[in-house]
Amino acid sequence: MHPAFSVIFLTTLIGVGQGLFLALYTGQVYSLANLLPVQDSTSFYGIGSALALLFLVLGLFASFFHLGHPERAWRAATRWRSSWLSREVIVLPVFMGLVFLYGVIHYLGWTAPLFVVQQTLPVDATLIVGFLASVAAFALFLCTAMIYASLKFLQQWHSPLTVLNYMLLGTASGFMLAAAFSAYTGVDLLAFFGTWAVIFTLAGFLTRGASLLRNRGLRPKITLRSAIGVRHQHLGQKAQGFMGGSFNTREFFHGKGPGLVRGMQYAFLLLAFPLPVALIWAGHLANSPELALVAFAVQYLGLVAERWHFFAEARHPQNLYYQSMA
Amino acid sequence: MSQLALVIDLNVCVGCHACVTSCKEWNTSGWAGPMPDQRPYGEDPTGTFFNRVQTYEIGTFPNTETLHFPKSCLHCEEPPCVPVCPTGASYKREDNGVVLVDYDKCIGCKYCSWACPYGVREFDDKNRVMKKCTLCIDRITDLSLPESERKPACVLACPASARLFGDVHDPGSEVSIAIREQGGYQLQPEWGTQPSNHYLPRRKTRMHIHEDELVRADNPLREELELPFDQGETLDDVAW
Repeated sequence: MHPAFSVIFLTTLIGVGQGLFLALYTGQVYSLANLLPVQDSTSFYGIGSALALLFLVLGLFASFFHLGHPERAWRAATRWRSSWLSREVIVLPVFMGLVFLYGVIHYLGWTAPLFVVQQTLPVDATLIVGFLASVAAFALFLCTAMIYASLKFLQQWHSPLTVLNYMLLGTASGFMLAAAFSAYTGVDLLAFFGTWAVIFTLAGFLTRGASLLRNRGLRPKITLRSAIGVRHQHLGQKAQGFMGGSFNTREFFHGKGPGLVRGMQYAFLLLAFPLPVALIWAGHLANSPELALVAFAVQYLGLVAERWHFFAEARHPQNLYYQSMA
Repeated sequence: MSQLALVIDLNVCVGCHACVTSCKEWNTSGWAGPMPDQRPYGEDPTGTFFNRVQTYEIGTFPNTETLHFPKSCLHCEEPPCVPVCPTGASYKREDNGVVLVDYDKCIGCKYCSWACPYGVREFDDKNRVMKKCTLCIDRITDLSLPESERKPACVLACPASARLFGDVHDPGSEVSIAIREQGGYQLQPEWGTQPSNHYLPRRKTRMHIHEDELVRADNPLREELELPFDQGETLDDVAW
């Protein structure tokens, strides 16, 4: 498939936004259980939510470049019964609204407990909105990943590993940003968020590695024989119906050599996994917010390469009809 | 419910591209148009087509055969491109099973083209919407045309009559009989998309002539010769 930068930035940026929000909410739940010191609502949760929202807005903005008619994008919410893309179009603004609400309630300090469960658990508005937003965050990961995983023709994507990768890699990059953000705002949670970021990064390494191995051993389900319906071992295309290009020769080919695809794979295997883990570890040892930020930036760059490779690796069966171009 | 479709006889198709040009000619100015081209006379021409004719070579030299293969939307009975559309712009007509795109609803996300294993949807770069074969829906449903002309432009244009058009759900239709009697098959049946368009395979016409079909044993004009051997007394010699 042709890796479109609009979709690469959409999926990676909203992944960071979702992960960052989940990190903030995790921190709040931990402090509720007295495992972490309680943070200042305004500066930490309020600004943190604004940062998460910024990434989500940037992702949404990038997605519009993928559309031929962005002014009709509202129509995309109508077919949620059958289309994962439509479901994503609904869940993304719902999640953004909940993150906005979560941030605003924290910012305005409306954190007085609404009621107390069994005299131990004070429940305030942020806890309820945050829980709903967390559910929306996971639903959004599912919708985004299922857009690709639901296409049975694209065997490289048609796997539960695709959903796991989107969840783990998005969460990892969000927690990495949360570690840097907490270090910058003077809240000393770099070790807490950093540890979780490393855990998610390593888990993501396992699932992404598994999908790379799976795709390497994949045999195409369809050959030219069933594509044109001729039973012969030696079939070759002599003409594809035109001498210039067409939509079919542009949209479904990345147009790069195998060397670049392989290079991109090594690049993301290095940039998205071991390098940020080492950097966040160094940032923790040196107590340096800059190193934590560099760890996030390096991982984000790695995830852009990862997404590029995700698209380039998928082989569409329609390419059988356009072999002269492949 | 009827399901209109094409049946393409690969044994007849000569690869002349008349169906491609007539399709473009009819549809670019019709209901489904326009079908714009970019740089048509330039170095890297490209454009929107609903129908393409490709050529394949079967076998290795010198035992080769050439196959001309017209390719357009197959109007699947289970079209994978329809449920993925987020706006409902892609739809399958209830009454005749033709898969169409509502250009006013299409947001140009190209997701339907990803979901089609046959690569028959082509994005119109000028109008920024997805386009595809409509089976000339404006012709075949136009009751002001004489019935013999209520057929897709490609079918009417084919000089060799390699393209048949009709209802594949009607067992007595020309297309159903052709599929049944001449080995009509579907493309990529593994996916379960149930394409409505069928292809008739190439068929070799071979004559099997035995020697005694060339030389009649009882030819009355044959020169009578002595038998090369003594037959002895036969039943013919017995006087009754």
